[in-house]
Amino acid sequence: MADIQSPLPGMFYHKPSPDEAAFKAKGDDVAVGDTIGLVEVMKTFIEVKSEIAGTFEAYVAEDSAPVTAGETLAMVSD
Amino acid sequence: MPIKRLFIANRGEIAVRVIRAAQELGIETIQAYSEGDADMLAVRMAGTSVCIGPAASKDSYLNVDRVMTAITDSGADAVHPGYGFLSESPDFVRAVEAAGITFIGPTASTIERMGDKVEARKAAEAAGVPVVPGSRGRVDTVDEAAEIARTVGYPVMIKAAAGGGGRGIRVADSETELRKLAPQAQTEAAAAFGDGGLYLERAVRAPRHIEVQILGDGTDAVHCYERECSLQRRRQKVWEEAGASCLDNATREQLCASAVALAKSVNYRGAGTLEYLFDEASNEFFFIEMNTRIQVEHPISEMITGVDLVQEMIRVCGGQALSMTQDQITRNGHAIEVRINAEDPFTQFMPWPGKLSEMKVPKGDGIRFDHFLYDGYQIPPFYDSLLGKLIVHGATRAEAITKLKSALQQIELTGLKTTIPLHLALVDDPAVQNGVFHTQWLEPWLEAGNLKQLETTGGAS
Repeated sequence: MADIQSPLPGMFYHKPSPDEAAFKAKGDDVAVGDTIGLVEVMKTFIEVKSEIAGTFEAYVAEDSAPVTAGETLAMVSD
Repeated sequence: MPIKRLFIANRGEIAVRVIRAAQELGIETIQAYSEGDADMLAVRMAGTSVCIGPAASKDSYLNVDRVMTAITDSGADAVHPGYGFLSESPDFVRAVEAAGITFIGPTASTIERMGDKVEARKAAEAAGVPVVPGSRGRVDTVDEAAEIARTVGYPVMIKAAAGGGGRGIRVADSETELRKLAPQAQTEAAAAFGDGGLYLERAVRAPRHIEVQILGDGTDAVHCYERECSLQRRRQKVWEEAGASCLDNATREQLCASAVALAKSVNYRGAGTLEYLFDEASNEFFFIEMNTRIQVEHPISEMITGVDLVQEMIRVCGGQALSMTQDQITRNGHAIEVRINAEDPFTQFMPWPGKLSEMKVPKGDGIRFDHFLYDGYQIPPFYDSLLGKLIVHGATRAEAITKLKSALQQIELTGLKTTIPLHLALVDDPAVQNGVFHTQWLEPWLEAGNLKQLETTGGAS
């Protein structure tokens, strides 16, 4: 099991836009470089990418919630 | 009715600026803040402060119901909206007016009218303010296009009347070229939109962005001269000057008089800015839009005229007449403002909401730093990246640039990454020093690699 952490402080989003599905759901395959969420920092959206491959377990940070740099956003199992 | 208790419905440096002006006028201040802004400088400075909701702007600073509840609960008799957020929202202003509270700005109907590009253009034309010349309606034949182009003037832009975006736009420099390009545009418009109708407009190549600061009390209006804001990145102003050194005095007087004419014709109240495109080649200016609020770059106009724009807008919106006449407003020297943003200019201007460990502010005659920082402040990531504005004033433009360079070398914001290195590179650039730029200048300059890490160590050294 590995954590994906936020690279920056900001607002964390599970979905590419409010009307779309979350980037990942439990059981989805995760490849290195896959986008798992967005962090909005100072009106700029930064894609959060996985640095590991595995299976998506769950989001840890809530959708549309403030996060700090280094905070765990999601978990991926090997 | 003089204002006694002012509610500040904004954050950051402009909230600090408004509090300072209110305090100098002997007015009590009530500062709004979100959960993400509890530590901000304006909260520490204000008489009282009130939390208006979560960090996300849509749940706090942009939420009309929450802001209105806080205003009425606070017992404020006036509201200053700053810039951005709800400052140009007719719905918000209507709610403030309905609650019997003074809005520091124009009426909701003026905001609505001047916020609509078509209506604003009509108001400008009615007041005799030049707008970008174009065909009044659709053009159906090439002969008709050629005739209209003769009055509009070349170069002329040919667009699809039914189109949107940039599709099918062509620029003709002469009638020969127009006769070649117009049929192509017609064919393309017919294929893309099912309508071959065209629209013609004068093409302003490499325009400068010039704007005029005005003040009105609902009856009378004055100007505080012009600003040039041509150095932009992604349509965001980076560096602003007062005045515009590309203007001769006769053109400057015409430009500023046109702004006052428009402000008077709409019975403008408060501080406002009329934006123009300036075509240096033909020495013509064209009105594009009006901003019905105080602007970020207002301090440079204050520096050259000595007028306190924020105090004056509070006074006139409180019902007083303008405290000055046009002949009492004189230009003195040259001022420059640079925006210091929490962005790393060496990594595509990536936002960088760090923690300020220690701050050294440049001091001296003609140097001003408007900001919301203090030692130990954690920059919140939820809002725009503007940290502060460094403003300098000199007897001449060259003197102002020299002073700016020295101030940029003195300022230290330890712990942050900022756009200071960009400004240090700009002050040394010959084109900037000679004032030879336009709105399309800065982005290619950056793309060409003119910003180099080694040459610029200011701020972090």
